[in-house]
Order: sequence, then structure tokens, then C-alpha cells
Amino acid sequence: MSFLSYLINGVSLGSVYAIIALGYTMVYGIAKMLNFAHGDVIMVGGFAVFVSVHGMGLPTGAAIVLSIVICTALGILIEGIAYRPLRNAASPLAVLITAIGVSYLLQNLALILFGANTKSFTSVVGFGPFKLAGGSLVITGETVVTITACILIMVCLMLFINKTKTGQAMLAVSEDKGAAQLMGIDVNRTISITFAIGSALAAIAGVLLCSAYPSLTPYTGAMPGIKAFVAAVFGGIGSIPGAFIGGILLGVIEIFGKAYISSQMADAIVFGVLVVVLLVKPTGILGKNIQEKV
Amino acid sequence: MKINKKTKSNLITYGIVIAFYIVVTAMQSAGMISRLMSGLLVPLCVYVILAISLNLTVGILGELSLGHAGFMCVGAFAGAIFSKCTMDTITFQGFRFFLALLVGAAFAGFFGFIIGIPVLRLKGDYLAIVTLAFGEIIKNLINVVYLGVDSTGVKFSMKDYMSMGMAPDGKVIINGAQGITGTPQDSTFGIGVILILVTLFVVLNLIQSRDGRAIMAIRDNRIAAESIGIDVSKYKLKAFAISAALAGVAGVLYAHNLATLTALPKNFGYNQSIMILVFVVLGGIGSIRGSMISAVVLTLLPELLRGLSEYRMLFYAIVLIVMMLLNWAPKAIEWRERLAASFRKKGREA
Repeated sequence: MSFLSYLINGVSLGSVYAIIALGYTMVYGIAKMLNFAHGDVIMVGGFAVFVSVHGMGLPTGAAIVLSIVICTALGILIEGIAYRPLRNAASPLAVLITAIGVSYLLQNLALILFGANTKSFTSVVGFGPFKLAGGSLVITGETVVTITACILIMVCLMLFINKTKTGQAMLAVSEDKGAAQLMGIDVNRTISITFAIGSALAAIAGVLLCSAYPSLTPYTGAMPGIKAFVAAVFGGIGSIPGAFIGGILLGVIEIFGKAYISSQMADAIVFGVLVVVLLVKPTGILGKNIQEKV
Repeated sequence: MKINKKTKSNLITYGIVIAFYIVVTAMQSAGMISRLMSGLLVPLCVYVILAISLNLTVGILGELSLGHAGFMCVGAFAGAIFSKCTMDTITFQGFRFFLALLVGAAFAGFFGFIIGIPVLRLKGDYLAIVTLAFGEIIKNLINVVYLGVDSTGVKFSMKDYMSMGMAPDGKVIINGAQGITGTPQDSTFGIGVILILVTLFVVLNLIQSRDGRAIMAIRDNRIAAESIGIDVSKYKLKAFAISAALAGVAGVLYAHNLATLTALPKNFGYNQSIMILVFVVLGGIGSIRGSMISAVVLTLLPELLRGLSEYRMLFYAIVLIVMMLLNWAPKAIEWRERLAASFRKKGREA
């Protein structure tokens, strides 16, 4: 039974990674940049809910909506101020280093505003836990909500990208920015929308993450953010189903590693996965192969 | 004797270091430096060496490494283990420290080499994230290692203290997450300055050599460099391993300045790597003298402005973003050029 409960925990954690990884993979696919600050948007989402529930006494639903709105605005703002001016920079390192700077800025702003001590986050899920098999298998309400949310989000994203005009524009920009522009697509606007969607997903991930692991610090988002990037690479960066599969697999690997190998080594195992994937198949499970041309 | 421009510039760089040393020592003997400040002198040297060595990877090789603190960690632990083991056998302190430095540099360089083989096949974002991953793995592994020596030999475990099964007369070297305690405190400001000079010598000579030009050619255009017969992997690996070895030297210096050496996120984690990157970015990517100066300024400034220490990290973040935007955004470059042109025009009219 313990195997099954580890598996469920793994899938639950993996679903959170998958939601974050979906944001990463969309931004990477379209803007061709690694948004290091993505993980910290998760933290902002968590704090937005925390403050609006505990500080302003809003109902949970309203708090979540507010958090999504804040993170979406933040995503657009970050892209417009910090990333857009560097889009045609001579060195690809420029925007990466700026992204690291933004990540640092968000962490330290939160540190000054909210302090370093851990806030205990009240779960937003009001039901559960469910006891199965005579009480030996416990599934928390958070697990159910997280997994459902993840699947729902993935399906919606796939529909959005394949069926709507904006989604098609995103695909076009990710294929070839210049050609897309010639076809009358507003590239800047499309990239902004991508950041908005990615950040909204980060807000949802933040709420779910803090509900499942109820502690909130300015550094809450950093590690899950990096791990979600690992998940996105694992699944094949730029691919939406890939991010989903990569996220789930990584969550399961992490929980199994914690349970069966060593709890202190969990992070090392997750990063080990990244190293192995990049060495064996750098494009990930579902990624496309890109040939470098002169 | 004719001295070319580059050699002259390098001599100025060495001169700055020596002048800095003389000024600080003079101030110290005059009692103008507080205890707090003199405690900061060795870490200052550590950061300067780290900044110079990271600039070799970021500025000269043109790849972003986010695991530099990991190599520093390897060097620190290798050096500290060596010093602890030989504390009783080698009594001459200076010689022991010299050997510890070599051991630290060798281990870190070796790690750089081993990690570099797979990592340098990647580029850009991927390379950055994998170096970050390796840095975290190194830190994570060191935290679970237990190492001790007793009469029967070396004992090693990755679980806990008890499972090493040490004899009661044994000496613990690494005690898991508690790290290494009782490393001899051999680091001094003088040694630190000598090590800075050595680091500068290695890096500046590398840049001016044939190898250095090959490395910079790879940075500027990998495919073109490859097509004129430069062995890309070899030179990349060389730069990366040297950079790692120098970070190892900084690590040894760091370890021998502390009573207890632990692999915390604070000193060897991702944040430390970012801080070194901030030094490099502020000083100017590719400018060795710049990263040296910015390491000194950014380490001393928060200490001088005590009230600012809370906002130090925030300040670093803003420095990173603003510097990158000003130096790399095409619009900002254009604006700067226009500004410079208008100044020149004014100068001519006047």
C-alpha cells in the first residue's frame, strides 16, 4: 500500500510541476528565453492569496481570482520592462542574466515586505481527505484538486493553441518570428499574451503548491520553479503534452527517491535526471530536433 | 624596451592589487581599520578570485555558468580535508597551506573537467541550468557524506555518524551536514593578495596566449572557429577547467578562514553563484579588472553603509537588471551612442 500512496503523492506533486512547466514551456517555445523569474511568480501568487485571505478577509474564491489577476499583470509587466528591450540583444546571455535579476528582485522584495519567517498557509481545498482500502490509503482533497486542475489546464491549453486565432499566432511566432510578423501577426502582443497565460498558470500552481505544502516564504517558488524547468526539459521543451508528462514523471521520481533512496538526496536525484536527459536526449521525450544552420 | 598596450594594461591591473594591499596594510598598522573590516579582508580576496575566475567562463568563453559556487565548494572541502589530515604530520604552516591550495585547485579543476565534458556539449540556457544542477548536486552530496579516520583506516558513510563504525580513538573529518570543524586558520590577507595576483597572472596570460584567442574565437562564432580548425571542445574544456580550479583556490582560502565549514545554501548554493555573477556583470562581462573592482566595491559597500545591509540583495538584483538593460538592449546602446555624439559635438563647438 505504501507504494501506491507514494505513487499518488508523486503524481500530485508532479501535477504542480506540470502546471508550472506548462508556463515555462510556452514562454520558452515562443520567446525562446528561459524565464528564471517564473518560479518567483508562483511565490507572488501564494502571497497574494495569503494576504487577501488573512489580511483583507476575502473569501477563498475571490482571493484566488485576485491572485491570478495580480500574477498575470506581473507577468506582462516583467516582460515589457525587463525582457522586451533585450529581445534583439547581441548576446543571448543578456536576457538570461536579466531574468535571474528579476527573480532575485521578486524574492528580495517579498523578503522586505513580508519578512523571512515562514507563513503557514491555510489550504484552499475544503474537503477530504478520503480514506480508501480500509484507511490504509489516504488521498487528500488537495491531491484530487491538483490532479484535476492539471489535466483541465492542459486540455484547455491544447484547445486554445490549436483552435483559436491567438493560439495559432503563438504557434506561428514560435516557428519563425520574422515570417509571423510579415503575415500581420503582432509579435510583441503575442509574446505578452504568452507571458500573461504563463503567469496565470504560475498563480494557480502557487495556490495549489502552498495548499499541499502549507508553508510560504519568499523562497517558496525558487526550487519548484527550477524543478519545473527540469520537467519541461525532460518532456521536451516547447511541447505542451511533454511538459505534462515530464512534470508527472519528475514528481513521481522525486517522491520515490525521497522514500526509497534518501530524503536528503531528493534534490540531487531530480537534478541528476536533468543531467542524464540532456546528455542522452537533449530534446527531451517529446521534443523536436532543431538543426543549427550557419 | 617596448611594452605593448595589452601588457601595459595588465601591469596596471597587477599594480592596482599591489597598491590596494599596501594601502590596506598601512591603514591597518595605523589602526584605521575596524575589527569588522579586517575580518572582511580575506572574504574580499575570495570574492575577487571568484569573480575573476567566473569572468573567464562568462566573459572569455561566453557561457553562463551558474554552478561556480559548487566548484568553490569542492575546493574548500578538498583543501580542508587535506589540512585536517596533515595537521599533525606537516607542521610548517605555510607549506601545508600551499599544498592544501594545490589539492583544492586540483580537485576543483578535475571536477570542472569531468563536469565540463558533458556540460559543454550544451549551450546557452541549457548549459546554465545544468551547471546550476551540478552545483546543487555537489552541495547536496557533501551534506550527506560522513568521513572519519581511525586506527584501522579511513571510514566513510552516506547515512549517519553511527554507520561509519568508527573506533573510539577515531577522528571525524566530515560530519555530514555539520561539515568540517577545526580546520587550521591559515588564511591571511597577504596570502589572499598573493593568490589574487596568481589568479590574475593565470587568466591574463591565458587571454593573451594562442589558446585564449582560440577560446574567444569560439565565443564570437563557434561555427566559424570550428571551420578554421579550432578544436572547440578542447579549448572550451580547458577554459572551463581552469575557471573551476581557480574557484577551488578561492574555496581553499575561504575554508581556512572559518572555524566550521558547512555546505549551506548560503555559502555554496545557487545564491552564491548568482552573487559572483553580479560581480562579473557589474564589472563588465569580459573585463578582468572590472570584475575585480566590482567585487571589492560590492563587498565593502553594504558593510560601509550599515543601514543598507537589509536591502543589499535587492540592490544586487536592481544592479543586475539595470546593467544588463543599459549594456545590451539595442535601444539603450543607440541612445548611449547618440548621447556620446552630442557630447562630442558640444566639445567641438566650445
